[in-house]
Amino acid sequence: MGSLEHIERVDQLGQWPGEMPVSFLYTVGVAGERFLRELMENGRFLGSRCSDCRYTYLPPRLYCERCFAELTDWVEVGPRGTVEALTVAHVGLDGQPLAEPQTFALIRLDGADGLLIHRISAPAGQELELGATVEPVFHPRAARKGSILDIQHFKPTPARRR
Amino acid sequence: MVGEREFPGTPLSDEDLHKGKVLTVEADPNARYAWDTGVAIGRFLAELKNGRIIGRRCHRCRRTLVPPRMFCEQCFRPTDEWVYLKDSGRVNTYSISYIRWDASRVAEPTIPAVVEIDGAHKGMGFLHLLGEVKPDDVHMGMRVKAVWKRPRERVGSIRDILYFKPY
Amino acid sequence: MGLRRVAIVGAGMTKFMRRALETGRELSWQASRMALESCELTLKDVDGVVIGTAPDVFDGVHMKGEYLADGAGGWGKPVLRGYVGGGTGVFSPIQGWYHVASGLFDVVLVVAEEKMSTCHPHPQGAFLSIFDNILERPLEPNLIWIFALEMHRYMAAYGISKRDIALVSVKNKRNALDHPCAQVAENITVEDVLNSEVLVWPVNRLDVSPVSDGAAALVLAAEHVAKRVTDKPVWIDGVGWHLDSAYWTNRELCYPKYVEYAARMAYRMAGITEPRKQIHVVEPYDPFSYKELHHLEGLLLCGKGEAPQLTADGVTQRNGDLPVCPSGGLMGVGNPIAASGVMKTAEIFWQLRGEAGKRQVPGRPTCGLAQAWGDLMQVGTVIVLRT
Repeated sequence: MGSLEHIERVDQLGQWPGEMPVSFLYTVGVAGERFLRELMENGRFLGSRCSDCRYTYLPPRLYCERCFAELTDWVEVGPRGTVEALTVAHVGLDGQPLAEPQTFALIRLDGADGLLIHRISAPAGQELELGATVEPVFHPRAARKGSILDIQHFKPTPARRR
Repeated sequence: MVGEREFPGTPLSDEDLHKGKVLTVEADPNARYAWDTGVAIGRFLAELKNGRIIGRRCHRCRRTLVPPRMFCEQCFRPTDEWVYLKDSGRVNTYSISYIRWDASRVAEPTIPAVVEIDGAHKGMGFLHLLGEVKPDDVHMGMRVKAVWKRPRERVGSIRDILYFKPY
Repeated sequence: MGLRRVAIVGAGMTKFMRRALETGRELSWQASRMALESCELTLKDVDGVVIGTAPDVFDGVHMKGEYLADGAGGWGKPVLRGYVGGGTGVFSPIQGWYHVASGLFDVVLVVAEEKMSTCHPHPQGAFLSIFDNILERPLEPNLIWIFALEMHRYMAAYGISKRDIALVSVKNKRNALDHPCAQVAENITVEDVLNSEVLVWPVNRLDVSPVSDGAAALVLAAEHVAKRVTDKPVWIDGVGWHLDSAYWTNRELCYPKYVEYAARMAYRMAGITEPRKQIHVVEPYDPFSYKELHHLEGLLLCGKGEAPQLTADGVTQRNGDLPVCPSGGLMGVGNPIAASGVMKTAEIFWQLRGEAGKRQVPGRPTCGLAQAWGDLMQVGTVIVLRT
């Protein structure tokens, strides 16, 4: 029986470079069109609600993932929400340190069951806590494109009085 | 499918998608790779740089394999020895390409072919291009020989062979 | 063999389109919901889900099975995602079959989806790495090279002309005129095919199926459920699958051995000893016109090199002795990689139940076959259905 050869010297190691020359252009879909256009045109958040499952999806879906019903009940949610989870990123996508740390949060907008992820910007020195109330800061209407980035970030609001 | 009812799906035109009629998001994965050449292909490429084609032989099924591999995929055992092959062979099949990978058209057609290499097991070939021949003059089974780059231009690549020409 | 009987009880699909507005998840839901509604089952009745979908790089999402699962009824359920290139479209029903046949699941939803339009500048870029990255890509190949090389080898081996092969494009694109989901149905002639733009000789533009977005779904049920849910269960009587080597330049390309081995496995299980007589309607995989012929031979429905004569004689027309691709196939309906084979399986399902509308083949067929193919000219997947 033959034996496998071993590579014993580093200069015997070879590499061949290459790439996948593709980029992606995603449609946002039927539900996505409605959600993002509402953000763009009116600065409002829409969720879609399944009354059988008692669940309001944000971002909204065309269908209920739990029972497969077509969702036709579109409801306004937010604009305020509470911070459910929080993290501060110090390193970027390329593994290099960020000039400024960036804070991201999972936010439960009032009336929604699904959580939205976005950036948080708090005034210097203000520590953000779980459960804090936040509200969106939109770009001016003319600068909005129908993207989740039409929201610049969320910022803390004073707690609502009961 | 009882009756001819409406089927779901919303077709878009090229313009709808690319001229902003629907909302879109772009992403560039920037996927780049460096593949290890491994034991077999590492040697194969090194030999190409020397102007030679090398194969591997499996003693059990008695096939001489090209491109070489350190295992025989049919016997599922390591292969046994290196075997130098000729740089000539026969055209197993060929075609005439008028397009690039992105479907754009080329100025001059190229002639991709599978060339069975002399010295290897019957039917053992690899993909390459034919040259110094008009497409109409190529035929199946045609004898061809490699045309190599000059020694100092070779880097250890399948393109150290420029193409195969009739002979 | 100790396996339970399994039937297909419902089917659904979206239109096949060059580019869809819907996301991949939305397409999956549209097809799945239609399949469930067609047999009046709900998501609660589904025990498990099998998702078939091609490389993540077409839709541009990571872990595509998991991504699609929410739209494919997979939320909170056991989910399996499989992929064998274009063979997936028949492989997914096979995976669904063994989920149920094993006794582990009673009702399984099989969903296949593709959204190739996301890939820019052209989905061909995603196909590039099907070539050996070190020995083949430096030659700047494109995917059509491999098909052209195989097509030419097949033509030379049996003395088949491009004219013979063009008849398949003509038949399938015409059959597709009766398919409501068809992307590229049209009435063309052999001359149209021969005069269409030469891409990589001998492949002309009208010899190739298109790039597509689309989804298709099937509902599979164990015998006791199937009989309750429908009067016309379509039994999965035979399954087969087989993979050949990735060293495609070391193989004899004029004959797809791996399709034959997959077919033999399915025929043995289904008790088929004379395929040409016992199978009444066939949907072989036709991403290129010549492939229909190649695969008819691999399926042992005729001798090697004989499929062109069968076509020329009209045997494979809808009203012929052995209708082939009555749906219009990939050539006429479209080719969203993984969903195409499920479309073909669904077509046999509808044909055997007499529900194919204008595409219905006469003579009340009771046994049909769908076959898919994929990877680097490697995989054969076969399913035999009976009422």
